Order: sequence, then C-alpha cells, then structure tokens
Amino acid sequence: MNARTKTASPKAPDPGSDHWLVRPATIRLLWIIFSVMLALSVLADFFVEHHPKFGIDGTFGFAAWYGLVTCIAMVLFAKLLGIFLKREDTYYDD
Amino acid sequence: MTIEAIPPALYIFLAGMLMPFFRGSWRLLPVLLAPALLLALIWTAAPGDQLTLQALGMEIIPYRITTAGRLFATVFAIMLATGGIFALKTANTAELAAATIYGGAAIGATLSGDLISLFVYWEIMAVASTMVLWAAGTEKAWRASFRYALVHFMGGVILMAGITGHILETGSAEFTAMQADSIARWLILIGFLINAGAPPFSAWLPDAYPEASPSGTVFLSAFTTKTAVFVLLMGFPGESMLIWIGLYMVFYGIIYALLENDMRRILAYSIINQVGFMVTGIGIGTEMALNGAAAHAFAHIIYKGLLLMSAGVVLHRTGMRKCTDLGGLFRTMPVTTILGIIGALAISAFPFTSGFVTKSMISQAAADQGLAWAWFLLAAASAGVFLHAGIKFPWFVFFQKDSGLRPKDAPAEMKTAMYIFAFLCIAIGIYPAPLYAALPFSADYVPYTASHLVFQFQLLLFAGLAFFLMLPLMKRTLTITLDFDWFYRRFMTALAREFSLRGGLIRQRSIDAAMKRLYRFQATLERTHGPQGIIARTWPIGSTVLWVALLLGIYVLVYYL
Repeated sequence: MNARTKTASPKAPDPGSDHWLVRPATIRLLWIIFSVMLALSVLADFFVEHHPKFGIDGTFGFAAWYGLVTCIAMVLFAKLLGIFLKREDTYYDD
Repeated sequence: MTIEAIPPALYIFLAGMLMPFFRGSWRLLPVLLAPALLLALIWTAAPGDQLTLQALGMEIIPYRITTAGRLFATVFAIMLATGGIFALKTANTAELAAATIYGGAAIGATLSGDLISLFVYWEIMAVASTMVLWAAGTEKAWRASFRYALVHFMGGVILMAGITGHILETGSAEFTAMQADSIARWLILIGFLINAGAPPFSAWLPDAYPEASPSGTVFLSAFTTKTAVFVLLMGFPGESMLIWIGLYMVFYGIIYALLENDMRRILAYSIINQVGFMVTGIGIGTEMALNGAAAHAFAHIIYKGLLLMSAGVVLHRTGMRKCTDLGGLFRTMPVTTILGIIGALAISAFPFTSGFVTKSMISQAAADQGLAWAWFLLAAASAGVFLHAGIKFPWFVFFQKDSGLRPKDAPAEMKTAMYIFAFLCIAIGIYPAPLYAALPFSADYVPYTASHLVFQFQLLLFAGLAFFLMLPLMKRTLTITLDFDWFYRRFMTALAREFSLRGGLIRQRSIDAAMKRLYRFQATLERTHGPQGIIARTWPIGSTVLWVALLLGIYVLVYYL
C-alpha cells in the first residue's frame, strides 16, 4: 500500500518548478483555448441545420444555454439539499 | 429450436470453483478460458435455440438464446475476463472465485428462458456478490455486506412471491414480456427494480459497492444492475411508469454524486444515474428506445468498469478514497489519469466515444414519441453526467490541488485491463456498426450527424463551463449525504432500541410484580404451614384426644337427631 515514492516538497514558491500543466501561464492558455471552443461550438449553429421537435430546442445555441443553465440549477439544488441532508462522514460509525 | 446442451453459465461456475487450484499468473487460465468458451458457445447458437427440461410439473428453460440476452451475456463475459486481468495480482482467491461465479450467474440470468431458472441465477448472484464484498476483509465491508444482503434477499423474496403468483395465474413459468396488471406481476416488477437501484431502495448501491476491494468494486458495478436492466427490458418493455422511475434515478444519481466526497461513491451514484437512462429507455419502449437501453448497458459496463479501475488503482496505490485527501495525482500517474479521462469522456457521451453512439438513441426515441418532458430532462441529465462524473471525478482525483501524494502508476496487469476497456470505449464510439448489428432490433440509427455533434459539443462544453464557474460551491467537505438507508440504519435501529428499552422495562415491572405476589403467597404459606404455622405446629397428645372426643361427640349427637 505504501507506495508514496517521494513526498512533494511542501514549499514550492517558484511556480516554474511545478509541473508545466499547473503553471499559471498554462492555465491561462487553457482558459483561452476553452473559451475559443465554447465560442466555436455556438457559432457552429449558423452553419448546421437542427431539427427541433419542441419549439425552444430550436433557439440559437440551445444546447449551450440549456446545458449551462441546467448545470448551474443542479449544483444549486444539490447545495440546497445538502443543507438538510449532509452529515459528518463519521455519522454511521459507532 | 430445442437443443441438447449444458447451460453455458455452468462452465463459468466451474471456472470459479476451480479458481483456488490456480496460483499467481496461472489464474489467467480460468479467467480467460471460461469467458472465451462461453462467447464461442453463444455466438455459434442461433436466437431461439433453447434447452427444455421437465421439472416440478413445468417446462424449465435454463438456456435460451435471445438477441438481447446474447448481447448482455457477451458484455458480461468481456467484463469477467478484463476484470479478472485487473484483479489478477491483487485480489485474493475468494474474491476472484466469488466474482467469477457472480458473473456466471449474471450470464445465466440473461440466458434464462423461464422465471424459475432466472430466480435461481438471481439468488446465486445475491450470494456471490455478498461474498465479493466479504473478500475485502474489512470491518466496514463486513457490515455493508449485511445491509446489502438484507436488501437483496428481501428483493428475492418479493420476486419469488411474484413469480409464484404469476405461475398460478398463467400456468406457465416462461419468461416473456408482461404488464404490471396484477399483484403478482407488480411484485415481479418491484423485485426487478430493487436490483436496478430504483427508488426508494437506491442506497444499497453506494452503501455497499465502494466498500469492496479495488477490483471487487469493478466486478460489482457490472452485473447486478445490468442484469436488472436486462430483465426489465425483456419483462416490462414500454411500461410507461418506468420513464418516471428512470428519470428520478438519473437526477438522484447526479445530485447525490455532486454532494459526495468519496471517489468510489461518486462513481457508485453515477451507476444509478446511468441505469436511470436505460430504465427510461425501457419505459419509452419503442424499438429505438429498447435498442438504446441495451446498447447503453453494453457501453456502460465498459466505461464504468474503466472509471472504477482508475479509481481502484488510486486506492491501491495510495490507500485513500476521499477527494479531500486526493488531488494532483496526474504528475506520477499519467497512464491512469489519461485512461480514467477516456472513461469519463465515454460516460459523458463525448463524440467519438461509446456513450455518444448509445445514449443518444434513448433521447432520440423520446423525441420521436413527442415526450417533451422526458426529452428535456434527458438533455439536462446528459449535461449533468459530465458535471458529476465526466469532470468531477478526474478533476478532484487527478488534478484539483497538489495533495503531495506521489504514488506510482498502475501495475502492469491493471494497466492492461484499463487499456483494453479504453480501447473498447473509443472503438465502439468510432465504429458502432458491430454493436448496432448485435442489438435486439434492427437499428437504422445514424449517430454522427452535424446537428447531433454540434448539440453534444455545446451541451458538454457549457456543462464544463458551469463546473468551473461553480467550483467554489463544489468544494469538497468531509460529509456524507443522508439517504433512504437512514431509515433502516438509524430510524429502525433507534426504534428497535427504544422498543427493547421499553419492552425491557415492562418485562422488569411485570417480573417485579409477579415476584412480589409470589413472596406474599410464600409469606401466607409460611404463616399457616411454616414451623410456627397453625397447620404445621406440633400438637400435644392431650389436645388431640380432646379434639377426637369432641368430634365423636358431635357425630353421636348428629346421628341421634
């Protein structure tokens, strides 16, 4: 089980010393790429013909706004439910 | 056509029973040969082939080939072999033997032609899966296994009652499509649904599965719920109530997974979410929907196995399972990270993965039937899958923060198993034709249209945006979320404790009262019969003579009157 070959140095003040993937520059680049992809996916609606069945699923960028809104709603609902149903994870240990 | 054959599930049972005689890498022999033999047998037989026996005055069909049954048996065999490779070095003999018999029973159930054979395999599954849990050898697994067995044996009793009633009503034990139109068939449906993880009995799954060993959870994730999907598909296609049960399961899985901290419990909730999609498809009941449910079950077993394998590797290497303890593992576990992400993309139905070509059939069927509510909810749920499993699992385990853990990457045999499943996830996504050809109905579904691709990219990318926007709200806490199992783990035990407390008090009081009465009686006895008592006193001879004379005198007097 004990396979921790080496533990990370707790002090890593120099951002350049960490893995390239977690450097702030990389993360900024990833956000830029992600934003471009988001924009492209919505812009693609200009060129693609959808076959809406129920009306509002034919609105511009439907899947984009619907996905965003429903996901935010699900997270908020989970948060709300958590207020009532969350317990310490030792709750059942006795 | 009636054939003479041994039900092929028995070969798998044999492999499981012989497992203790194989050591080390030799265990590959039964692990690979038995599923290979099974695949050869079921793919050389034709749909409709069956073995018929006369027993209990009824026709028993312990082996029947149907297109759907063969599809499920095939993916179960693939799971057994690949899971066996994954478990080869780490699982103990008991686990591997129990898992093999468990998988064999699931295969037997999918190849059953009558309800009695189905029930026998069903119960073997319950026992063998409980033993897979035991093999983990921890106190928590032991306790969870009892709660697990409790629910499944209760489900088994309900199912048996239903089957008995159904046979009495129809005079036949044959397993065919039914409708929930009598108490007996309702009981059958309830028995099936309990194993599918339907409400209110969903909690057994996230309660028990994550307590198994790293490989045990992989096996458990595949068989019980998907066998339930199979029997619902064969037994109750088009039962419209299943649409709503399925949709409830879909969102239950998402919401509970969003609140969860334990990586394997996140994936366990997501099993219920995925089974919810299949149950919804079965409820819609058109050929497209049933094809979608069957295909999705096939794809699901593979990508869920892959996800739980990557989680299993993390658990095996670090001994940790909570998101709050994990993070940043991609540095030293690149292979596990990438393969886990492939599984996460497949479960999210990302284009060019298996989920994309299977789940969409269910949504398409909902649209074709004009089921607006179902379609909108399924679309939201597809986004939600990416949220709770597609991003949340890899993000919190492999990225998130630097936990300081630097575990080694997966051992060779675990890597091999994950490569096989990752390959299948992508292969099915890119080239779905062979899977479509094996579906119960002829499928003329085209997943790769520009409209579908754009729709899915938009949905998933913006779900991803939602995840990172809401990240502050997703901060993991050391918590669990109460579920229906609270009723039998807390409420009922509290009730039982209260009952035994009060019952004990009443018992003590009645004992006290009885003892008091007994003492009083004893005191009375002592007063009359004791050494000083009037009865037991020694009488002087003179007074005796006096008494005798007196009695005689009274006698003489009475005689002369």
